[in-house]
Amino acid sequence: MSTLSRSLYTATTWIAEVGRSTLFLLRILASLPALVRKPRLVVEQLYSVGVLSLVIIVVAGIFVGMVLALSGYRLLVDFGAETALGTSVAFIVVRELGPVVTALLFAGRAGSALAAEIGLMRATDQLAGMEMMAVDPVKRVVAPRFLAGVLALPLLTSIFCVMAIGAAGGYYVGVEMLGLDANAYWSGIQSSIQYWPDIAAIFIKSGVFGAIITWVAVYEGYHTMPTSEGVSRATTNTVVIASLAILGANLMLTAIMFSG
Amino acid sequence: MKRPQQPDTSNETLVEVRDLHFRLGERVIYDGVDIDIPRGRITVIMGPSGTGKTTLLRLISGQWRQDSGSVTFDGQEVARLSQRRLFELRKRMGMLFQSGALLTDLNVYDNTAFPLREHTRLPERLIRDIVLMKLEAVGLRGARELFPAQLSGGMARRAALARAIALDPDMIMYDEPFAGQDPISMGVLLRLIRRLNDALGLTSVVVSHDISETLNIADHVYIISDGVVVDHGSPEAIRASQSAWVQQFIHAESDGPVAFHYPAAAYAADLLDSA
Repeated sequence: MSTLSRSLYTATTWIAEVGRSTLFLLRILASLPALVRKPRLVVEQLYSVGVLSLVIIVVAGIFVGMVLALSGYRLLVDFGAETALGTSVAFIVVRELGPVVTALLFAGRAGSALAAEIGLMRATDQLAGMEMMAVDPVKRVVAPRFLAGVLALPLLTSIFCVMAIGAAGGYYVGVEMLGLDANAYWSGIQSSIQYWPDIAAIFIKSGVFGAIITWVAVYEGYHTMPTSEGVSRATTNTVVIASLAILGANLMLTAIMFSG
Repeated sequence: MKRPQQPDTSNETLVEVRDLHFRLGERVIYDGVDIDIPRGRITVIMGPSGTGKTTLLRLISGQWRQDSGSVTFDGQEVARLSQRRLFELRKRMGMLFQSGALLTDLNVYDNTAFPLREHTRLPERLIRDIVLMKLEAVGLRGARELFPAQLSGGMARRAALARAIALDPDMIMYDEPFAGQDPISMGVLLRLIRRLNDALGLTSVVVSHDISETLNIADHVYIISDGVVVDHGSPEAIRASQSAWVQQFIHAESDGPVAFHYPAAAYAADLLDSA
């Protein structure tokens, strides 16, 4: 096969995959209204993808906040602007690091788990069994997981930001360790962080990231080869594709929201 | 319970397969097959590994679609149904997968109750009674709190059988129900298939390799190989078949029309070949 025909084959395969995954997303979206009658399914998945991801998000938030405060202080103190530490930590966390780092952690923790779970259901005929019982797995299995992911990530991102900026993260390093004034730390944040676009960015970005991660995860899991290798590949693909997609989407969203 | 439509019991044949052609990639699985599944009977489908027996069940249940020919269930062409109508049809057929296909996060009770909760609005008290009756029928009423990971292979298939009969279907398809079973479990499953078929007035399709055991419960047998029906008839007719291939198959002989040796050059010539 020549290089040209190989490239064409790869391109058409990629385009077909994008088309299939888009149709799959439309099927999921069409299934969402039916979840109103079965909220328990969503609540169960919120626990699975949200509550069970809390530990990693809280710990990561604290460490990221501490590191930002430490390195920010070293930079600001040279200019005599160390009182702006709270502002700089909050800006970086709220606008960029909070949504992106939380989404990357979520892709690794919940996205991979979703892909593996659905992939194993495929490999062990559970999805085929549901279809044979006249139950649509997209409605019963996929849609609740997708919605739970979209709802859970903004909440987790909010918690991440609070932990990074708050008493255990940036505040602890800046005020308790480095001796900055607590009022300056908080008032700087209060005066510089606005509801729009800063706080809104948390929810808009993380809502989009949540949809991307769970879309990739459920698609990869649902269409996995029914073998152990297939499940492993679906899990890896989920983390890699979702992570890259998050970084790309973040660039676009930042350009749109903060370009003014 | 909502039943999509009443079965047309005037026709003796529940499933009709006509001139079935089906390929998987380049490989021809079916090359013009005709099969009739009679109502209220146990039909056994046999054949060598990889011959497409499970594929037939997938085509009958509409999981896959044939390339040409027709598969009709109670007069309805399965491949032409919309997803909604196909799902309505599937409420009238149960399938026992080789793996059991139990939902691993639900216990035996909830697995059995699953189709009832999905498709009916029965009160939980009534669902409980139905589930316990189904579990009693397969001998697992006492195991209702166990999860699939805690079940033996035989118990998992019996639990899956209880789930398959939860909606009182017209037909049950068994995909290799005896694979990997010890003699006691196999005997239990054999008797269950026969008893449920007769007591509930079901139609059963059993795909199996276990010739002597399944011939004992079968009413009708189809033997499939290389994409065609090699022979069919009552178990007695199959046992008395004049076909050398059928005799080799049912007596599990290592040599015959299906040669023991893969085609190769002459043995002596191969040994003496210095290269």
